[in-house]
Amino acid sequence: MTNLRAAHIKKRYAAERRFKMYGLLAIMFALGFLAIMLVTITFRALPAFSQTYVKVDIEFSENVIDPDGAREKVQIAKADFQKIVRDGIYALFPEVTNRKEKRKLKKLISSEAGYHIARVLLADDQPDFEFIGTKQSVWVKSSDDIDSFIKGLIRRDVDESRRRVNDQQIGWVDQLMADGRIEKRFNWDFFKFGDSRSPEDAGIRGAVVGSFFTLIITLLLSFPLGVLAAVYLEEYSKPSKMTAFIEVNINNLAAVPSIVFGLLGLALFLNFFGMPRSAPLVGGMVLSLMTLPTIIITTRAALKSVPPSIREAALGIGASKMQTVLHHVLPLAMPGALTGAIIGMARALGETAPLLMIGMVAFIVDVPTGFTDPSTVLPVQIYIWADSPERAFEAKMSAAILVLLFFLVIMNAIAVLLRRRYERRW
Amino acid sequence: MSVQKTGVPMSEKQISSQVGKFTSRGVDVYYGDKQALFGIDIDIMENKVTSLIGPSGCGKSTFLRCLNRMNDVIDICRFEGEILLDGQDIYASEIDVVELRARVGMVFQKPNPFPKSIYENIVYGPRIHGMIDGRSDADEIVETSLKRAGLWNEVKDRLNEPGTGLSGGQQQRLCIARAIAVNPEVILMDEPCSALDPIATAIIEELIDELKENFTIVIVTHSMQQAARVSQNTAFFHLGKIIEFGETDQIFTNPRNQQTQDYITGRYG
Ligand SMILES: Nc1ncnc2c1ncn2[C@@H]1O[C@H](COP(=O)(O)OP(=O)(O)OP(=O)(O)O)[C@@H](O)[C@H]1O
Ligand SMILES: [Mg+2]
Repeated sequence: MTNLRAAHIKKRYAAERRFKMYGLLAIMFALGFLAIMLVTITFRALPAFSQTYVKVDIEFSENVIDPDGAREKVQIAKADFQKIVRDGIYALFPEVTNRKEKRKLKKLISSEAGYHIARVLLADDQPDFEFIGTKQSVWVKSSDDIDSFIKGLIRRDVDESRRRVNDQQIGWVDQLMADGRIEKRFNWDFFKFGDSRSPEDAGIRGAVVGSFFTLIITLLLSFPLGVLAAVYLEEYSKPSKMTAFIEVNINNLAAVPSIVFGLLGLALFLNFFGMPRSAPLVGGMVLSLMTLPTIIITTRAALKSVPPSIREAALGIGASKMQTVLHHVLPLAMPGALTGAIIGMARALGETAPLLMIGMVAFIVDVPTGFTDPSTVLPVQIYIWADSPERAFEAKMSAAILVLLFFLVIMNAIAVLLRRRYERRW
Repeated sequence: MSVQKTGVPMSEKQISSQVGKFTSRGVDVYYGDKQALFGIDIDIMENKVTSLIGPSGCGKSTFLRCLNRMNDVIDICRFEGEILLDGQDIYASEIDVVELRARVGMVFQKPNPFPKSIYENIVYGPRIHGMIDGRSDADEIVETSLKRAGLWNEVKDRLNEPGTGLSGGQQQRLCIARAIAVNPEVILMDEPCSALDPIATAIIEELIDELKENFTIVIVTHSMQQAARVSQNTAFFHLGKIIEFGETDQIFTNPRNQQTQDYITGRYG
C-alpha cells in the first residue's frame, strides 16, 4: 500500500518534471531561432559598417577646375572633378597606358569620388579657393568591388573568369596596400547619406528620416482619433444596434490586410484629393488607417480595466461625466492607450505593402526635409536593396534590417516599461 | 423568545416634530424588467443618522443611490416616484445632477481614494465646484476636512504621498474627508465599515457620531450593533419594501413587526 503510494508520487513528480522540460524546450527552440536570425543578420551586416578608402594624390590644376580664373563657386562646381581624380589614380601607376587597362584601373575607386571631393571643398557659401593649383593627398572611397575584395567577400582563389575583380586589379590593390594607400574606416556615410545607385554611397538616413516623418503623421492622426473614439464608445455610447455594428466593424478593420489600406490611400488621397506621391504625409495617413483600429481596441480595453470604483468616487463628489473621464479615467487608461499606440506604431514602422501602393518605393537620393518631400521608409529601403544586383547591397540590406530591428526593440521596450510602471496603481 | 406585537401600523407613527431633509414617496426602482424597490415612503431627518438595514439584495444600496441619483449612470435602471430634498424634487428636469451630488456626498463600501496624493484627493471636489481660490484656500480646506475626518494627525506629514498607500481604515476616513471637503448637506454611506477591522470601525463610528452635528447621514449597514450604536432612526428593508421604519431604540427594543424582530435577533433565514 505505502509502496504503491510512493511509486505513484514518484510518477507524478516525473510527469511534472517532463512537463516543465517541454515548456523549456519550446522556449529554447524559439529563442534559438531568434538568436540564429540575429547572428546571421549581424554577420551579414558587418561589411556595411566599414568602407575602404584609397589615398590618391590629386592635382587640382587650374586649367581643369577654373580655366578662366574667375574663382566663382557656381562655375567651379561644374568643373570636371571626376577627371582630376581619375588622373590622380593614373598617376599612381604610370606604367599603365592601354585604354582598356586604364578603364580597369579607374574602377578601383568610387565612380562618385569626384563629386564628393567637390562637395567637401565647396561646402561653404564662400569657399576659399586655395586648393586650386595645389597637389594634395586625398582619401577617396574605393569602388564597391574593391571594397568587397578587401573585406574578403570576393576571394582571390576563385577562378578569374568568375571574379568581379581581375588579377591585374588585385596586383594594383596589393601594391597600394604595400604603399599604405589603402585603409578601412568606419562607414559614417551609411548613417549620413540617402540611397544611391553606387553601394559605397548608399546610406540609411533617407529611409530613417522618411520613417520618422511618416510615423509622426501616423501618431498625430491615429492617437487622438483613436482615443476619442474609444472614449466615446466606452464611456458615452449606450448599447444599441448601431454601436454593436460599429464595434464589429472596428474589429474587422483591425484584421484587414494592410495592402488594402494602400489601395484605399491610392484611390482616395492620391487620385481623389491629389496629394503628393511618395510623401510621408500620405504614407502616415495610410498607416494611421491601419493603426486606428488597434489603438481604439487597446484604449477601450484600458478604459474598461479602470475600476468602476474610481468613476463612482468622482461622480459621487459631483464631477461631471467629462470631468470624470478627463481627470480620472483617461489618465489611468493612458499607459494602456500609449502601449497600444506604440505597438501600433511598431507595426506601422515595419509595414511595406500599403506604402508601395502610394509610390513610396521610388528611388530617392535626397534625405527628406519635410512631410511632403518624396521619401522612402526603412522596410521599403530594405526591399529596394534586397532587389539590387550589386553584391555590396546585400550587406546594406542586412544593416538596414538591423537598424529597423533596433527601432522596433526600442519602441517595444518603451511599451513594456510604460506597462510596468503604471500597472495596478490603485 | 419574546415576540412582541403591537397593533400600531408602521406608517401611522411618523417621527414627529422634525423637518424631513429627504422625503421619499412611492419610490419604485426597476433594473430592466426586475423591480428592486416597491413604493418606498420614508423621511430622513436633518442632522440625524438614519440607518438602512435588511438582508442582502433587499434594495438598501439601490435606495441609497437614489438619494444622489447615482443610479443614473446605470443604463438599465429606471426610477419612478418622488424624492424631495428640502422640499424640492431631485428628479425634476431642472435639477442639475452635479449640483445635487455636491449637496449629497457619498462614501462607498470599499474605500476608493483616487490614485493621487492625499492632498489632491481632498482638493479635487472643492476645485471642480469652484470653491477654491488660491493655494491657501486649498490648504485650509485640506486641513479642516482631514481634521473633521480625524485623519489629520496621521497624515499631516505626508500629504503628498498617494492616498492609496494608506491603510484600509485610513483610506475610508480619507474618503469621508473627501466627501466632507465639498461641504455637502447630506452624506450617504454604503457599508462604510465592511472592509475594516473593529478598531478602524470604532473610529469611523465615533466620527459618524461627531459628523451628525453638521451633516445629515444615511448609512447602510449589515451590523445590527452598528445601527444601534450610531443611528437615531432605522429603516428595515425586505425584498424591496420597507417593513418597518422608526426610532432606532424602538426598532431594536420593541419592533412592531415579526420580520424585523426575526432579522435583528438573527433568526432571519
Ligand atoms: N446594476 C444592477 N443591475 C441589475 N440589478 C441590480 C443592479 N444593482 C442591484 N440590482 C438588483 O437589485 C436588487 C437590490 O440590490 P441592492 O444592491 O440594492 O441590494 P442591497 O440591499 O444593497 O444588498 P447588499 O446588502 O448585498 O449590498 C438586487 O436583487 C440586485 O440583484
Ligand atoms: Mg448594498
